[in-house]
Amino acid sequence: MKIETIKSWILVLLLAPALALAANDDADWTNKLKDQYFAGKSIEESSDVIEIDAPYRAEDPALVPIKIVSKVPQTRDSYIKKILVLVDKNPFPFVGEFEFTPESGKADLAMRIRVNTYSNIRAIAEMNDGRLIMTKKFVKASGGCSAPIGADLDAAMQRLGKMKFRLDDGAKIGEPTQAQLLISHPNITGMQMDQVTRFVKKSHFIKEMRISFNDKPILTAKTDIAISADPNFRFYFVPDKAGVLKAEVADTSCESPTSRDACTAGNSFSETYTLNP
Amino acid sequence: MRLLFALILSLASGSMSAAPVLSVTEVAPGVYVHLGVHELPDTKNHGAIANIGFIVGERCVAVIDTGGNPRQGKSLKLAIEHTTSKPVCYVINTHVHPDHIYGNKAFKAPGVQFVGHQKLARAMATRGLYYIDKAADQLDVKLTADDIIPPDIAVKDHLDLDLGGRTLKLTAHRAAHTDNDLTVYDERTDTLWISDLLFIEHLPVIDGSLKGWLAELKTLESHAYKTVIPGHGPIVTDWPKSMQPEKAYLEMLLTEIRDMIKQGKYMEEAVETVGYSARGQWRLFDEFHRKNVTTAFAELEWEN
Ligand SMILES: [Zn+2]
Repeated sequence: MKIETIKSWILVLLLAPALALAANDDADWTNKLKDQYFAGKSIEESSDVIEIDAPYRAEDPALVPIKIVSKVPQTRDSYIKKILVLVDKNPFPFVGEFEFTPESGKADLAMRIRVNTYSNIRAIAEMNDGRLIMTKKFVKASGGCSAPIGADLDAAMQRLGKMKFRLDDGAKIGEPTQAQLLISHPNITGMQMDQVTRFVKKSHFIKEMRISFNDKPILTAKTDIAISADPNFRFYFVPDKAGVLKAEVADTSCESPTSRDACTAGNSFSETYTLNP
Repeated sequence: MRLLFALILSLASGSMSAAPVLSVTEVAPGVYVHLGVHELPDTKNHGAIANIGFIVGERCVAVIDTGGNPRQGKSLKLAIEHTTSKPVCYVINTHVHPDHIYGNKAFKAPGVQFVGHQKLARAMATRGLYYIDKAADQLDVKLTADDIIPPDIAVKDHLDLDLGGRTLKLTAHRAAHTDNDLTVYDERTDTLWISDLLFIEHLPVIDGSLKGWLAELKTLESHAYKTVIPGHGPIVTDWPKSMQPEKAYLEMLLTEIRDMIKQGKYMEEAVETVGYSARGQWRLFDEFHRKNVTTAFAELEWEN
């Protein structure tokens, strides 16, 4: 063995603990993401406004259930206007941007996301007065054999565009009520190996979602490939009377999994649910 | 420092010296298996955990799964050369999982055809980049795109491979353990190489479809086989008896998760409560059970 090889081995061994630590760092945020999304703005780090609930280990990188829990009520005077969610170390960190209103009642949001590797999941809330508050949660990668795509692509393809709402029993007028929206869509990332190109699939994902109750917006979102196949969201709204909950979603297809410069608009889907409390 | 140096040398020599000959057992005439270990793929076992092996015909040899890293592939190739002078003509990949395909490159040669489920190439394409990344991190194995070799022959439903006086009957299954499971039946010895459609001792892992898997087991259960070779666990000579624990586990998931969904419960609650009665019966339960509930829940949510 050449002495150079031995030296590089020593270097690798000495660096190993440092590399392991680096996995839990904020480098991608500090060096790149902060400026990309919030150039020149100051962000307070706190878990007093929102907190992220996520499993310590991503059991399945294709499907990590996370929940943003809000700690403040949505009132006319003070409310969470927007929450940006990022997975620092995903190939495309942007998970989604979610807009809430006072009619949301609570700016809670549960969803399932793809997490490629050891990474911080980050949520930044923007209040109606412009204040920015950030919280984060570190998630360990899965040690198994599955990949961050989806188990049965063809099944999701066959149901593409199918949607359903599920509501908790006992929705009460004037009180925050939880609803779940299920969208069947493969949410294809477009990440793939070049030499097996016969199956080239561009990224193909749900890019926007508008949920309203009696035409008043409750949750409006821009989403991307980090949302798991068959996107699933739980959120709140305050029904002021009987009425119609409506979801309108649209998908898109982009040439590259990690650039949004060349995309074509896709299809729109909608679903309604009549609420008679 | 001297200790560090010695450690480095042993590490380096471990990865650079010639691959050893893989131990294999002849479980039926001409059918050779290397039994894996019940461990999570990691930087110590380098992903070499699955049952892999080969079947020898009068003309040539079919490799069935190539191992969890390129070095194990080379070891398997040496085992074949120690067993027979006949050349390898087919490399059959039973599905996309790393512990079954990462030894492929050792067999890439003129006259060797790679065989897989018709959806295997797509699965390799969509998982490949991620898998190569993970191999470095989690297995301490350096892989390149050249190590992921897609099939030359894609099996849509059934295919017969002639090894000279010995026919292997291949069946491509619907989504079950993965969406690209292939089984190999050797007529001469009445042996079914079922691979990861059967886990024994090691908790079954769902990365395809729970309902599909149960449906395939139902079909396979109606046949009698003298010998069945699982992807993980010991060789089976009492089919379908040894398959019952797997079937019971999968059926329990189906029943309990359907029930949770009917009650309006969420995936997060199901992951905490479903199926823990089976915990004592399986190895690697804590490593894979939550993932199974997650995958199955996402599938069953779309029933009706
Ligand atoms: Zn497998």
